[in-house]
Amino acid sequence: MASRRPSPYPYWFVLPAAVVFVALFLVPTVASFWFSLTRWDLFDAEFIGWDNYRQFFKEPFLVQGLTNTLIYAVVTSGAKTVLGLLLAVLLTSGIWMQGFLRSVVFFPVLVSTIGVGITFAALMHPTRGVINLGLESIGIDGPAWLSDPALALYSVALIDIWKGVGLATLIYIAGLAAIAPEYYEASRIDGATRWQQFWRVTVPLVRPATVTVVTLSLIGGLRSFDIIWATTRGGPGFASDVLASVIYKQYQAGFYGLATAGNVILFLLIAIIILPLTYWFNKREVDL
Amino acid sequence: MKTLRYSAVMAAAIAWTSGMAQAELTLSVLIDNNPETIASMEAVTAAYTAANPEVTFDIEQRAGGADGDNIVKTRLATGEMADIFNYNSGSLFQALKPQETMADLTAIEGQANVLDSFKQVVTAPDGTVRGVPFGPAMGGGIFYNRKIYADLGLTVPKSWDEFMANNAKVAEAGKVPVITTFGDTWTSQLFVLGDYFNVQAEVPTFAAEYTANKAKYASTPAAMRGFEYLEAVFKANYMNEDFGVASFEDGMRMVATGEGAHYPMLTFGIGTVKQNHPDSLADLGFFAQPGPDAAKNGLTVWMPAALYVPAASPNAEEAIKFLNFVASVEGCNTMIGAAGASGPYLIKGCELPADVPPAVADMLPYFQTEGMTAPALEFLSPVKGPALEQITVEVGSGIRPAAEAAALYDQDVEKQAKQLGLPNW
Amino acid sequence: MSLRRDFARRRNTGILALLVATVIFILPFLYIFLMAVKTKQEASLFLFNWPSEWQAWQNLVDVVQTRNYMLLLAYFNSTVITVGAVTLLVIFGAMVGYVLQRRPSGWNKLIYACILIGLMVPPAIVPTIWVLQGLGLFKTIHGMIFIQVAYGLAFSVLLYRSFISTIPRDLDEAAIIDGAKPWQVFFKVILPLLKPVTVTLIVVQSIAIFNDFTNPLYYLPGKENVTVQLTLFNFQSQFQSQYNLLFMNILLVTIPPLLVFIFFNRQIVAGMTSGAVKG
Repeated sequence: MASRRPSPYPYWFVLPAAVVFVALFLVPTVASFWFSLTRWDLFDAEFIGWDNYRQFFKEPFLVQGLTNTLIYAVVTSGAKTVLGLLLAVLLTSGIWMQGFLRSVVFFPVLVSTIGVGITFAALMHPTRGVINLGLESIGIDGPAWLSDPALALYSVALIDIWKGVGLATLIYIAGLAAIAPEYYEASRIDGATRWQQFWRVTVPLVRPATVTVVTLSLIGGLRSFDIIWATTRGGPGFASDVLASVIYKQYQAGFYGLATAGNVILFLLIAIIILPLTYWFNKREVDL
Repeated sequence: MKTLRYSAVMAAAIAWTSGMAQAELTLSVLIDNNPETIASMEAVTAAYTAANPEVTFDIEQRAGGADGDNIVKTRLATGEMADIFNYNSGSLFQALKPQETMADLTAIEGQANVLDSFKQVVTAPDGTVRGVPFGPAMGGGIFYNRKIYADLGLTVPKSWDEFMANNAKVAEAGKVPVITTFGDTWTSQLFVLGDYFNVQAEVPTFAAEYTANKAKYASTPAAMRGFEYLEAVFKANYMNEDFGVASFEDGMRMVATGEGAHYPMLTFGIGTVKQNHPDSLADLGFFAQPGPDAAKNGLTVWMPAALYVPAASPNAEEAIKFLNFVASVEGCNTMIGAAGASGPYLIKGCELPADVPPAVADMLPYFQTEGMTAPALEFLSPVKGPALEQITVEVGSGIRPAAEAAALYDQDVEKQAKQLGLPNW
Repeated sequence: MSLRRDFARRRNTGILALLVATVIFILPFLYIFLMAVKTKQEASLFLFNWPSEWQAWQNLVDVVQTRNYMLLLAYFNSTVITVGAVTLLVIFGAMVGYVLQRRPSGWNKLIYACILIGLMVPPAIVPTIWVLQGLGLFKTIHGMIFIQVAYGLAFSVLLYRSFISTIPRDLDEAAIIDGAKPWQVFFKVILPLLKPVTVTLIVVQSIAIFNDFTNPLYYLPGKENVTVQLTLFNFQSQFQSQYNLLFMNILLVTIPPLLVFIFFNRQIVAGMTSGAVKG
């Protein structure tokens, strides 16, 4: 370690990145713990102790935002994981137009979220929207997708899944490609059906991809904001509010201390969910 | 990638040359996207440029409601406000911290023409006047379709029970009784805010006690009635099918063209109908929000929005000259010519034309009779919570019962009062 | 299972999949296109039908001219931000990834902790504004570039670190013996070898930054700083009753990613997967 010659891999290589990261990411993150304890209007910050947190948990719509965030994250990441795996299996089975289909499934990932939001708000219009007109033509009375309080959050989740499933599929396709064909060969000789092969070979061996998909989509789901803001803005009422949109509303109302407290809560929520999960994933990996 | 870069260079070139081609000074203006606001601003800026060719305007539109409040607040706080902007007077104006963020307009020439009643609602806590009126005073009540009323033989209701009886007949006739447009969430607040005349008729001290943190919506039956009205309309299923996504402009179209009978709204909607459906203007009528007692019914009045100049504007001098014009009789008449006279202007000597649309004619008698109008609560108290429009959407969509909603709003208000640093909160 | 039957089965699943994919994934884009070329009145009906009157050019001109050619300015700003931030992400990310992979030490734990934080923690918005104001970077284009760098670093360091592990150490050692300075080794020997992963990173990050809406919304107010995604958001209120123009705007905003996608499809796939699975 302690050679006389300076290392050929000097630490100053890290410096430019470190300066930007520390100044614009770490410092604000640490500062947020202080500001979340103040009443703050960007000019003066008045220390008010835990009041912001008390306020946050006192208000029913903020608590609803918390549960909505969890529901949204679980629904979107669950659906992306399951659908992504199924699509990946389908799109590696050598079907006709396979390459084109992969592109089609993936393309929404690259499109502007706001554009997607506006488009689906039009498609999901309760009386004039294409989706409900389509359902009507086959005799189904379509719901008010984005304005029915019981449905709005799930409709937004559906749009999110539509937009994001391509990424999960792609990761799974790469994961499937890494499975050696010998495993399938062996299980076929053992007389396994395709269904058994899927459960006994594909699912266990594609695990690293599953870990990635679940972690990425859970973090994404917990932090989700743009698509909700572009479609329902948290409405009707507070029915599809998630933590990120609640934080944004507090920010816009000028309650900067409260908004920052929300930020800290979101940070803790993600840490509480993701850290044990990655720990568990890693441990299982060693066991295998 | 390459193509992108070329187009970017071109974009820069075009943006630059188009900037050069213009006159010497361009004032940026931020207004809400209400058609009446747009028409008035376009007319009054065009007239100003005609007289002063060296000054042109770049008009930017923003959303209304809480979204709009947010845009204005954020841009003021971050020093990104246009040279001139329009925004509510009253409590929303107070929430902008006017003494820190806005130019002092107390001594400008145009204020000589402005009625004192308006100056009060754009006066900062330090006693200085910060805005000039933009547009007419408005009533908050209920638009109705005169044709439907004539066809069904209905009369203008004075009490809530009469109103609901009319609704029942409208529903029977297969029309939408109460047009509801929660796609623009701010439109959901009208039953609550427009009911204030009736609240103060019953509890005259409400505003003062409310500001002092003594009276609450949830504990004042008269104040809670607005929430209950919303709930009653939802329970009776009197709304249009697409109520959750319909917009303000949809609402004005529906009530003007007879798709629906009633639309609770501010009278600036008259300008929208004039812009979008001029042929239907004659079918549009208006009445004050009915309350519990037909004998004590009157109109809740909104002061017009104002034009303000941010303290940080580099073009404040020229912007103030423009505001002087807006506050002049000539400027006022220009706006009446463009947007129609949807209510009384607060400029001395600016009279409404004799032939006003029926909806305006319906409203004027309230102003002409003593004791028939009351200012909306937001002009009497600085306390207004940011989440009211979401809460009223909840009540109107059957998500939350009225009593619970009123209590929730009382909580919401607390945050704003604390942020303003009011005593007793 | 005979070959012919197998082929038929694949073709049939293919056709079925194609039909389903068309309805779910292609129709929305076709809808955007159709709405964008309709007249104002027809677009306001929201129907999925062939326009009776094509107005593509007129709509395009109208959108581009709106608010004094704001869209062109937005394209310019978005391009500057994207190019600037991606350039820095490549250089900074590769430098950190290189040291991280080549020089095992106690510091690496700290760096990995930072990467984990960077991937996981939601940025604290208002405090970031406060820092940016203090540094004089708030509502500036270069401030926005640094923000994008700070938020994208973790991903690019991971991507580079895993790629650099496939480059044999002999190469840098040979250069060191020849007397090259550390920065010469890195910029002349290593960086050129990173080309495949760099192309990937450029494509992936440029799409992410170009499409970013939330961060410019918070950190880049002001109409001279408008970005492409913000025009869309702003025009939503301006074009309240002109859905044809709103959708033309969506169409225009979708074209750059579409082009990138057509030309760099392979790299996107490689990058998204290698970064994600191995990292």
